[in-house]
Amino acid sequence: MWDWSYAFQILPELANVLPITIAATVVGFAAACALGLPLSLARKSNYKAISYLALGWIEFIRSTPLLVQLFFLFYALPLYGISFSPFAAGVLGLGLHYSTYMSEVFRSGIDAVPAGQWEAAKALNFGKRRTWTNIILPQAVPPIIPVMGNYFITMFKETPLLSAITLVELLQTAKAIGSGSFRYLEAFTLVGLLFFLLSYPSSLLVGRLEKRFQRK
Amino acid sequence: MDDEVHGGRSPDGVHQEPVVKYRKVSKSFGSTVVLNEIDLDIYPGEKVAVIGPSGSGKTTLARMLMTLEEPTAGTIEVDGELLWHQEVKGKLVPANEKHLHNVRSKIGMVFQHFHLFPHMTILRNVTEAPIHVQGMSRAEATERALEMLEKVGLSDKVDEYPSRLSGGQKQRVAIARAVVMRPRVMLFDEATSALDPELVGEVLSVIKDLAAAGDMAMMLITHEMDFAGEIADRVIFTDMGSIVEQGTPEQIFERPQSPRLQAFLSRFRQTWFMGGVQEASISAEKR
Repeated sequence: MWDWSYAFQILPELANVLPITIAATVVGFAAACALGLPLSLARKSNYKAISYLALGWIEFIRSTPLLVQLFFLFYALPLYGISFSPFAAGVLGLGLHYSTYMSEVFRSGIDAVPAGQWEAAKALNFGKRRTWTNIILPQAVPPIIPVMGNYFITMFKETPLLSAITLVELLQTAKAIGSGSFRYLEAFTLVGLLFFLLSYPSSLLVGRLEKRFQRK
Repeated sequence: MDDEVHGGRSPDGVHQEPVVKYRKVSKSFGSTVVLNEIDLDIYPGEKVAVIGPSGSGKTTLARMLMTLEEPTAGTIEVDGELLWHQEVKGKLVPANEKHLHNVRSKIGMVFQHFHLFPHMTILRNVTEAPIHVQGMSRAEATERALEMLEKVGLSDKVDEYPSRLSGGQKQRVAIARAVVMRPRVMLFDEATSALDPELVGEVLSVIKDLAAAGDMAMMLITHEMDFAGEIADRVIFTDMGSIVEQGTPEQIFERPQSPRLQAFLSRFRQTWFMGGVQEASISAEKR
């Protein structure tokens, strides 16, 4: 049955790898944003070929499981001489996968900017790049921050998948602890608890952000 | 007098090249013809008011000059340069973005719904384009912007955001933002139509001051007949995609020739007399 002293004994070991889980989330999320924005711009491109290519890529990535993509990056690509560390492969996989969702989020933000803003930018003779960086994106991004926050939390909860490509994160550590002592209850419960303790306050924060942007 | 308006001379009688030339310009959206083979010259410094029923194509006339709408046929010249076309090896081809960018710099526009940048302060709304489009130093742009904002009576609002301003104030900022670029031609697309009646006056007076300052040509698309009569050198009446009649304000408002203009003016005067009531209820609806 549940053993408190054992739980406290393994807690530091789990807490030790928590930064890896968090780092994978943060870097993965940054990659998702960095890839998602160009993807949404490509999707809106006037050149049909680029737009359809982006659409095809988005549909393909979304319609295949993240776990398969991670395996592909980590186990299959080295056959072609491209190999990543577990962390790099994990972050790249998360980033690629979620960039297809982030691109839709960016798109909704961009579409919500009134047409008049584009016209005003043109009338003042802003070039394409300036129109994006100075006029459109600063208006498109703030309203989608809550949605981005939700994806951040979702990604955080997906990081245990990275244990499948040997990244020593929370779940992997718990498994190791369990298989060493044959006590899985405490280890997995603590993993769940740690995720909950970080996710729940974050989702409360996102909820507050949402309310703030609605009021505006 | 007739000759002066209809002929190829500028209002003051001195021979000058037009700053804007429309030649056989047509525009259709799908199968709907909005403008049909329009010829129109605007001279440097000239104030041209465009009146006509809604759907007569007058807004499209301005939007094509601002490059927001591409003509279906015909050419527009700005300062002797083709706007939507460029010559490559003796052939007219559609203008590329660089060419449009160059010619567009001579045109400025004020929109019915202001379109201020909501994420920038009033000052930045006015300095943003001089800095990032014209490459002006921040200090110089700020100085010029403050000067412009003073002219439109908004010196005390420079650090506010647009959401804190009334419609009239927003439109005055929009005017400052466009004029600070020093265009050769300013377009006013129903600049007061979205305003509450009590705010119309402040915007019109700013436009009048600008008109009096002289050097900029203006095309004013408007429903304010008194205002058009007061500041325009020439009034153009458009209906069903054509310029039906043009002349001095006196000619247009006091001695209209065509039945269509007569009908338009009498219809307009009726609604005008029957009340601010109707106008007010329309603007209330908009809100």
